[in-house]
Amino acid sequence: MELVFALVIGALTSSGVYLILRARTFPVVVGLTLLSYGVNLFLFSSGRLATGQQPIIGTAASYSDPLPQALVLTAIVIGFAMTAFVVVLSLRNLADNEDDHVDGKQPYKSPAPEEESEVTGK
Amino acid sequence: MNHWLTAPVLIPLLGGILQAFMGYAPIRLRRTLALATTVLMLVSAIVLLVMASDGNYRIYAFGNWQPPFGIVLVLDRLAALMLIMTAILALFCHLFAIGGADEGNRQFHGLFLFQLMGLNIAFLTGDLFNLFVAFEVLLIASYGLLMHGGGTIRTVPGLHYVVLNLIGSAVFLISVGMIYSVTGTLNMADLAVKVSQVSGEGLSIVKAGGMMLLVVFGLKAAILPLCFWLPRAYSKATAPVAALFAVMTKVGIYAILRVYLLIFGDDAGELANLGMDWLFPIALATLAMGVIGALGSGTLKTLVAWQVIISVGTLLAPIALGSEAGLSAALFYLLSTTWTVGGLFLVSELVANQRGSAKDRIITAPKMQSRTFLSVLFLVGAVAAAGLPPLSGFFGKVLILQSVESGTEMAWLWSVLLTGSFLTVIAYSRAGSIVFWRTVDGHLDKPDPLNGRVSVAAGALTALAIVMVVLAGPIMAYTDATAAQLHNSDAYIEILQTPMVGEDS
Repeated sequence: MELVFALVIGALTSSGVYLILRARTFPVVVGLTLLSYGVNLFLFSSGRLATGQQPIIGTAASYSDPLPQALVLTAIVIGFAMTAFVVVLSLRNLADNEDDHVDGKQPYKSPAPEEESEVTGK
Repeated sequence: MNHWLTAPVLIPLLGGILQAFMGYAPIRLRRTLALATTVLMLVSAIVLLVMASDGNYRIYAFGNWQPPFGIVLVLDRLAALMLIMTAILALFCHLFAIGGADEGNRQFHGLFLFQLMGLNIAFLTGDLFNLFVAFEVLLIASYGLLMHGGGTIRTVPGLHYVVLNLIGSAVFLISVGMIYSVTGTLNMADLAVKVSQVSGEGLSIVKAGGMMLLVVFGLKAAILPLCFWLPRAYSKATAPVAALFAVMTKVGIYAILRVYLLIFGDDAGELANLGMDWLFPIALATLAMGVIGALGSGTLKTLVAWQVIISVGTLLAPIALGSEAGLSAALFYLLSTTWTVGGLFLVSELVANQRGSAKDRIITAPKMQSRTFLSVLFLVGAVAAAGLPPLSGFFGKVLILQSVESGTEMAWLWSVLLTGSFLTVIAYSRAGSIVFWRTVDGHLDKPDPLNGRVSVAAGALTALAIVMVVLAGPIMAYTDATAAQLHNSDAYIEILQTPMVGEDS
């Protein structure tokens, strides 16, 4: 289970970071979401992975730590609100600049090929 | 247990909730209530300052849960100092906003008060995860405030600011998880005990977590590789918001002070003084970068925004060296620079309003209205910010220089700080002489005359640089005691033994 868990966190985080480094707001938002999924899973695992254990110290040899779950819950709520905000902000950026580039507009646009001036018969 | 500790959190919270339901009330009523809330917050900050100045720790345990199991608010001298600094800055920013900048968005006052609530939680909390929550509260309010005033120019810097801070939050959570997985606690006092006992394979995990935490606080404080978002965002924000944001970078510095002196302090065993040898060169580089930016800035607001980065570098250098005298000097300079930078943002806005289409750009323009008043304010602010005598910035910088008296650190700090200050003077005098003195003939549409509230707010915030010189003795005594208290982390750990309500002590 540990291996699968670690691989999932790694895959989510690395794809999140890759997408954040894109220059368009939509991949950035998706990347932030993936990153926060990875972080939430990581935070969850900080209480050690255990199945079928009691969340109380002292009643059994090993126990399941309930605190990281509370932390993850808080992080999910905050992350959800922040994602909603960043989506609205990206839409605003798109509407204001008519472009969804994260810098508002393309830093460089190749100029349209110049039309050759019409040759007149003079 | 001391219930006063909740006052700086509850007052802006209740005031902010009231504002949220009053979006359609007459603006005079909203303004009166909002300003009353800020004044009440200042009163509570003064009460806490008086309480804290006896040098004892006071705690408030939520739900009467004994620490480290519940979340605690902890009041010490440092927290009280940060609270009073924020409250005074916020009062003048709020007064300025009421002069007209709060129109156009019905929720401005609500966001402003929630921002203050987030700041106050961050200063009072004694729990690492609660610090994360406080950061999120103040950040989401700041996102709203940054966009206040609308317009295309604010969208892109706002987007960058939000995305960067969301990544910062993710890194914060990862580092909190790493530290929790080894120590099993997030209470700062308990962490200070547990981190010194960590050994074996847990050591490198806590070390990595601690270093990642430094990255997060560095992003908030805008230290060098993570500072380029700041000038664009701050210079585009509405003036009272930018002035309030002068305290936002100081939250990062506060968090570095708190976490790295208490948890990774001298007593932390193998992890003692984690990251501090990195922080010193980075602080000097930040200072140099800020000066370069200030020299190259094209508008007054950008110039002041780079001043924020200069002051971050100046503050972190003595903090990284960690001597008691250095900490005391840094705290003195912290007060001075926060108020001065706030005041300069307000003055720049007033200048921009009086110059027609030239705005606050550093170019020649027709002679502005109220030039004498504004130029005096700018002069006082610039002298205090650059650190020329006789104003408070000079004393702050002298104290910082005096705290390092030998060794290679002295050579580096003195040369960078003094050269930096000299070049800052050049940047300010260039800007000031072009904006105020070099006028061209031309016609300006008659701008609105300065109204009383904005003049008082900008004037008073700038004049605090003079007040600080007059009161330098008491302030120095307080910051000296604060530095001594910060170095004695054993006393902080004793809050774990505080009896709860209903227990026989």
